[in-house]
Amino acid sequence: MSIAMKEPGARAFSVWRSLAALGPFFGLILVLAVFTAINGPAFLSLPNLQTMVADASIVAIAALGMTLVIIGGGIDLSTGSLVALSSIMCAKALAWGGFADSPALSTWGWTLAFLAGIGTGMFCGAINGSAIVGLRVVPFIATLGMLSVARGGAKWQSHNQPINVTYAFGDWVQPYVKPAWIMLAPSVWLAIVLAVIMGLVLNRTVLGRSIVALGSSEATARLCGLRIGWLKITLYTIAGAFAGLAGVVQTARLTRGDPSVAVGMELNVIAAVVIGGGSLSGGEGSILGTMAGALIMSALATGATQAGWENYVQEILVGLIIVFAVALDQLRARKMQC
Amino acid sequence: MSAPSPGIILEVRGLDKAFGATRALDSASLQIREDEIHALVGENGAGKSTLIKVLAGALRADAGDITWLGRRWFPPTPAAARDMGIATCHQELSIAPHLSVTENILLGQEISTAGWVCRRESRRHVIRILETLDQAHIPVDAPAGSLPISSQQLVEIARAIASNARLIILDEPTSSLTQSDAQSLFALIRRLRERGTSFLYVSHFLEEIMQLCDHYTVMSDGRTVGSGRVAGTTIDGLISMMVGRKITDLYPQTPHKQGEPLLTLSGLAGAGGKPGRTDFSVRRGEILGIGGLVGSGRSELLRAIYGLRRAQRGRVTISKYPDENMAAKSVAHRLRRGLGFASEDRKTEGLSPRQSLAENIGLSALQRAARGGWLRPRILRALAREAADSLSAVYRDIGQPVMDLSGGNQQKIALARLLFSQSDVLLLDEPTRGIDVGSKTVIYQWLGAEAARGKAIMLTSSYLPELLGMCDRIGMMCRGRLVALGPRTAWTEEKMLLAATTGANPVGDNT
Repeated sequence: MSIAMKEPGARAFSVWRSLAALGPFFGLILVLAVFTAINGPAFLSLPNLQTMVADASIVAIAALGMTLVIIGGGIDLSTGSLVALSSIMCAKALAWGGFADSPALSTWGWTLAFLAGIGTGMFCGAINGSAIVGLRVVPFIATLGMLSVARGGAKWQSHNQPINVTYAFGDWVQPYVKPAWIMLAPSVWLAIVLAVIMGLVLNRTVLGRSIVALGSSEATARLCGLRIGWLKITLYTIAGAFAGLAGVVQTARLTRGDPSVAVGMELNVIAAVVIGGGSLSGGEGSILGTMAGALIMSALATGATQAGWENYVQEILVGLIIVFAVALDQLRARKMQC
Repeated sequence: MSAPSPGIILEVRGLDKAFGATRALDSASLQIREDEIHALVGENGAGKSTLIKVLAGALRADAGDITWLGRRWFPPTPAAARDMGIATCHQELSIAPHLSVTENILLGQEISTAGWVCRRESRRHVIRILETLDQAHIPVDAPAGSLPISSQQLVEIARAIASNARLIILDEPTSSLTQSDAQSLFALIRRLRERGTSFLYVSHFLEEIMQLCDHYTVMSDGRTVGSGRVAGTTIDGLISMMVGRKITDLYPQTPHKQGEPLLTLSGLAGAGGKPGRTDFSVRRGEILGIGGLVGSGRSELLRAIYGLRRAQRGRVTISKYPDENMAAKSVAHRLRRGLGFASEDRKTEGLSPRQSLAENIGLSALQRAARGGWLRPRILRALAREAADSLSAVYRDIGQPVMDLSGGNQQKIALARLLFSQSDVLLLDEPTRGIDVGSKTVIYQWLGAEAARGKAIMLTSSYLPELLGMCDRIGMMCRGRLVALGPRTAWTEEKMLLAATTGANPVGDNT
């Protein structure tokens, strides 16, 4: 049939498409190369890399949920506040369970910490989703509201004071791990395992593909009988759960619950997703890309600090990189279309 | 360069344009004379859109000559093309819905002094233009988005007139117009021709071209394969040039026997009186066509049956589940019970363009290819391939994004979804809108075959010959109500128009 000839050729397209998958990793290599050139080879030393990935783990965990939300065509601005509130609730739960000063957590202690942190996040995420579905408030506004509410909640619950859990988590998230053969901090392994799971969920489950369909074209998803409301509530609940978990890791990292922690963290998290190829108009993004995005953010921070640059330089750089990454992605999308 | 022949305002020669490996234009040519309506026809993907985009300044050609008003010239930008007198009205209307009619018509050519818009002057100018078009009834201060589609189209044409265009390119102007709106558009085009405006008229509707145009150019595979006087050719002649093969039977008949009623509506009424109270049944093996003017409630009827529009009253039942009123159930539930729906809006509702063919086909019934919530990709691909192949969709890889396909093939993918979800009742809203003749034929054959397999099919169409050619029974809608329903043999195009425009019931039998 003559029509067959007109379908676009395969080759030119796959180049740009595979670039989409690999782009963030090229970016990561570029950032590492630049800072190695500036800071010397010690930048690539094992301890330094261990620090970088440990630093990345909190943003990475929160970004797993954000990736789903953004692919689903939404946005969650409440992440930073949810991390703070979850951190407070986690620390309070540990204090309530008598673990605040204990040198290590028992199984019950761990369970308590995770239940309190993740539960808080999920609860707030479910409220986000319900507001979006039930009150028909756009995600930007609903989660902007939660940003303020959860931050207020964190201050209220902690009486605006940090809650110390000095020894409870041991060196769970510290970069220099014991025993040495596990190489990376447990929080990093946690992020990696969760990333693999979420990658599978996104690509290989009915839920995951439904989320992609929702973000790609909500009208089509509705036509195909997907339960849009339920899907959205699920999405934001999952995002809340990951923010909660990030809150637990944050608590362990700081050895305290802090109501003023993670202010503006949602921007770093969104940046990680977007640098990783996520599209704010939905339907596009990948877990792998997001992980690379989180690593880029962390490498940038570490590199800039070690180069002795002021904090503001780092902030300016991050801003430029976000815009540049998205511009590059737009270029790729245009190339793919014609 | 030879001097242009007298009377020729636009001459295009040897135009090439490639997108990667695809040659969209391959030495295309075109000649347009003064004061003529020139038809540009061809299947989807023949290169018409690319040619128009080059003329409109939206795309740069790789090679070739354009002679416009005796000068060699390549329009570098859409604005430059407009300033030189070539205006384009695209199929997808480019109306800013929140701006007023006046602002829309003068968009990009505002009447202003020192950057300040002269509102009174603008308004007067626009009223004058609309009067010359005999369209003084269009409210110039209303937001353009509040007008019906047919008026929005006139706003676009008025915009072209406001820029003093010598040549107006109309891309599928009637695809969303009703018959009567189309006729008044034709009258307007003829009137403008008398005043010295030429038209390049792109349309899939060959009857329109026979009726309206003076000359034609036929494109196929990026090349110009024929041109001449419309009076010297026939529809069959145009079609055989377009497809390069003879289509003897545009509406293939697959014998299909009717069985028991499968879908029954009793008193179904939707929000806002669309649809108004409707009662009828569709039998197994029956193709029921629904016609009517745009806005008559054809789509709304199908959407209310499927659950994308809220039903206010009434029942929808499927024979196997006589006690369940589908009108009160979710879309997901209706899907499980065998209802399937294909949207008229392929791009934003029918398909999720960036997702793969397999996922688009499987989306409404992913559980068919899943166990315990986990997808089995190989099964999904195999089932999707099977569905796509039974519609002879042409694709490279079942995992490629659906946006890579041509319109006709995209539509086949949208329909393949209903095979995948194993729907018994196929509700098809304008299943052949805007697709090429070859794809249409495939879809017609498929409809016949599905009816023969015992499915109940309801389809809507703006194109009366299609309803007459394909359907066993035809119902016409007017102002939200199903006003007449009868066997195909009872209908003629005239009777259908009468029912659609007046709400009369020229076929008596109303079952």
